Amino acid sequence: MNTLIDRLAKLFSISDVVHQRPNLAFVTTPMENTIHLITHLRDRESFSLFVMLSCVDWIEDNQFQLTYVLNNPTEKIDVGIRCFINRDSATMESAHYLWKQVATYQRELKEMYGIDFPGSPRVDESFILEGWDNIPPMRRDFDTKKYSEETFFPRERPQSNDPAQYMKSKLYPDE
Amino acid sequence: MSDEKNKFENPDYAKRTVIGPDGKSFVVDPMQDYFLDARPKVYEPVSIPVVEKFLNWARSESLWVLGFGTGCGSIEIPPLMTPRFDAFRFGVQSRATPRQSNVFIISGYLSIKTLKRVVRSYEQMQNPKYVLALGSCTINGGMYFDSYNTINRLDHYIPVDVYVAGCMPRPEALLAGFNKLKSLIREGKAENGNKYVKDFDWYKANQKKIIKDWNMPDYNW
Repeated sequence: MNTLIDRLAKLFSISDVVHQRPNLAFVTTPMENTIHLITHLRDRESFSLFVMLSCVDWIEDNQFQLTYVLNNPTEKIDVGIRCFINRDSATMESAHYLWKQVATYQRELKEMYGIDFPGSPRVDESFILEGWDNIPPMRRDFDTKKYSEETFFPRERPQSNDPAQYMKSKLYPDE
Repeated sequence: MSDEKNKFENPDYAKRTVIGPDGKSFVVDPMQDYFLDARPKVYEPVSIPVVEKFLNWARSESLWVLGFGTGCGSIEIPPLMTPRFDAFRFGVQSRATPRQSNVFIISGYLSIKTLKRVVRSYEQMQNPKYVLALGSCTINGGMYFDSYNTINRLDHYIPVDVYVAGCMPRPEALLAGFNKLKSLIREGKAENGNKYVKDFDWYKANQKKIIKDWNMPDYNW
């Protein structure tokens, strides 16, 4: 794993290397380099299996963090490639031509976070939310409890007491 | 834009005038011809009480469940129907299509996308029809009470006969729910198919409030 990171460091600008396990490491790279690095890993380092693409909303830094996890089936090691994109103009280069299934992940990210992947197949179609007309629900500024209370007729809940206070008032009413 | 919406906006489904083989022209409106969007009718009980009582007894012994699992509770249905719990000894059997069944088990949480299919399936079932709501998700949202995508109260969208509480209820609880449903039917209290018809506008307003891309007829027969 260390030799792999060294090889990558000579070719790409990578930072924040995290050795999670002996067979799993994460590297951070600028968003312009990300797809090049993934292509290099797939074609030259035999990371032939795409595991997943996920997103984290760092609302304090006004950034989305994308993580592409790739697997090398022969050496049985995983590498996660992280990149940060701007939250306001959330657009990322599409990687659907490397693996077909990336398009599905990108379609989900478009719907759940509003990240655009121009050129990705069917990226503008609704994925699981049909007719959604609010801000994307996985963004952290979306108040899901408030939305649920306004939309879904919440059932009024029974009054509940704090057990300590309740027993105190029952047992020692004078105090 | 979803595929389904595209299908409904397809020009092949537009209203048009066609000239038949006999030379006469007539109007074709496929969206009207394929779907019956007339309002549902109340299923009147028989006027002789003894006969109605007998019919209710007969109905309580023919419960055909629609095989539509909506949430995690659908995993309770296979042991229920197979030898271990054997719902067949209570006269409960499953059926694949809504038109051949009269009990709808809403087995757990319902997303908006699933609710749309549930409403269509429920409306296609024949009228003495009963709904068994499974799990706390159908009662008050359960652990998904604050989700952006799952409903909180099922009884605002389709009428519910029996709630089976639990997360998840075991098959024994479901059998107890079936027995409760049978006693309700025998007493003539399971009239929710008619309740849906009487409060049709209220149910439709609630359904349309959350199903934003409403692209189906108002009633699906």
